[in-house]
Amino acid sequence: MSAAGTGALRRPNDRLRRRRAVNRAMELFGWFAAAIGVALLVILVWSVAKRGASELSIDLFTKPLATSDITGASGGLLNAIVGSFVIVGIATVIALPFGILIAIYVNEFAGPTIRNGVNFVLDVLNGIPAIVIGIFIYGLIVLGRGQSALAGSCALAVLMLPLVARSTIEVLALVPNSLREAALGVGSPRWRATLGIVVPQALGGILTGATLAVARVAGETAPLLLVCSFGITPGVHWNPTVALQSMPITIYELSDQPFPSDHALAWAAALVLILFILVVSLTARWFATRSRRKLARAAG
Amino acid sequence: MSALDTTDVARRPLTGRRARFGDLLLQGAAGVAALGATVLVGLIAWQLIKGARLSLSTFGLGFVATVGWDPVHLHFGAATFLYGTAITSFGALLIATPLAIGIALFVTELSPKWLRGPVTALVETLAAVPSVIIGLWGILVLAPILRDHVEPQLHSALGFIPLFGPPNSVGTGYFTAIIVLTIMITPIVSSISRELFLGVPDELKEGALALGTTRWEMVRGVVLPYTRGGVAAAMTLGLGRALGEAIAVASVIGAYNNSISRNIFSNGNTLGAWIALQFLNAASNLEKSSLVYLGLILLVFSLAVNLLAQFIVRRSARRLGGTPR
Repeated sequence: MSAAGTGALRRPNDRLRRRRAVNRAMELFGWFAAAIGVALLVILVWSVAKRGASELSIDLFTKPLATSDITGASGGLLNAIVGSFVIVGIATVIALPFGILIAIYVNEFAGPTIRNGVNFVLDVLNGIPAIVIGIFIYGLIVLGRGQSALAGSCALAVLMLPLVARSTIEVLALVPNSLREAALGVGSPRWRATLGIVVPQALGGILTGATLAVARVAGETAPLLLVCSFGITPGVHWNPTVALQSMPITIYELSDQPFPSDHALAWAAALVLILFILVVSLTARWFATRSRRKLARAAG
Repeated sequence: MSALDTTDVARRPLTGRRARFGDLLLQGAAGVAALGATVLVGLIAWQLIKGARLSLSTFGLGFVATVGWDPVHLHFGAATFLYGTAITSFGALLIATPLAIGIALFVTELSPKWLRGPVTALVETLAAVPSVIIGLWGILVLAPILRDHVEPQLHSALGFIPLFGPPNSVGTGYFTAIIVLTIMITPIVSSISRELFLGVPDELKEGALALGTTRWEMVRGVVLPYTRGGVAAAMTLGLGRALGEAIAVASVIGAYNNSISRNIFSNGNTLGAWIALQFLNAASNLEKSSLVYLGLILLVFSLAVNLLAQFIVRRSARRLGGTPR
């Protein structure tokens, strides 16, 4: 506005033109930024797909990995897939009930001060770098006992906990209060209102949150590197008390080798992992919007 | 389990005591879980302090100002890693912030309706790509491209600034790590910013437009000031993510420990990357303890970043006099 005085000599048309030019430049920048954001994902996925697709075969899913320092790796990913399944599965079994209970406490029992406190603790937990969680589990479990898939599960469970708890808190908050009041109104005690009415209403949302958390930690490498990556026996194993091969560790270690066949297998493993994560998280997202809409409709 | 209890109780008339017992049980279990999360954070801190004690007592606080990592002479310091962590994280934040805000503004203000959903979903999917895959791509695809087509050009054009020194022959180093971290934090900052921009009241935006502002003037005068605190908090969280990243950076940073270089094309190291690379190779108790010390520094950083973000959000909520956003 002050420019009006100093720019008295300038015709208003010029100023308008300049403002429009700035506006257009900024709009172009918005389009450009969005294009880069989308292009990054496309380039990443395309790079992995191009290099991994040629390696896809039945052997990948039926044979275990055979590494060699002389000829490079051969075989498939069966042991890594089984190991990841065991590690992530146990982590989910630990984190899911724990996270849901935290959310129940925050939403159904706690007062505002404690609610803020627990939310803050969850934020802090979520912000702790994965590698630090790895050191924590290393000191707590691995030191003295050796590496194991269970230690890996514990580390991933710590990473999953804030994700599960937060998403459950969000879904529980969407359950309409009228349902709680109706349950309490017909004389059911609080615990039955919670476990019998509120949680089942939110179950879809809770499970989607858990699925997204699984997709998040399935590719987590840093903690597994410290607690479940060393002295792995070749072949397919299910025993969680010893260190098991896993997908992220397989990719990480193969990418570090000099042989082209190692790199080829690393790309194939990356493609399998990325496909798993993308399919799972996109499906979960789709379910999430759907169940949220349903809950919102019930509330309205 | 609870389902069994439920049907069992449903057949009988409820007594006050049974109801109270169930309430106590659920509230107790849930309370213990909530307390457990708090204890867990304390336990993590305690475990790291315990592991770092040997190094803490040997090197003290001078550790953070010492350059070099020498397992043979048992001489360890964190300065190389602190410098690398700072330059890569802030570098990534510098590139990611305008990019992320641009994406968020595109989705909320510019995009045709049909493009909004797909762009949001695709950018957020980028956050789901595991760091190990970004690292694999970074070292096998990105590094050679940067080495051949980007770094020499930047050096010849901007070489008079010491930051853009001669590139190395592999394509690894701070610069490659900055690009990799930018890819990882852009979706985080942009998805939080998008939600903030969506929360700006339409009346304010329409009011600005009715005064005859262009769309950009409306954004600059209404949207950005209104969400300033929240965007700052989103940047802080993105910074926290970049500080702690280990695997993707470990693949592309070049792992060089013995000097601090101003040249962003030279090899270096970061806290997280060095822990990931060296932890299982540590040859002595003192070296392992020093690596845990590095982890402790990371933990302190992540706590500080979180507190800072909370503080920013609180302050801006108070300034706006409304609900926190």
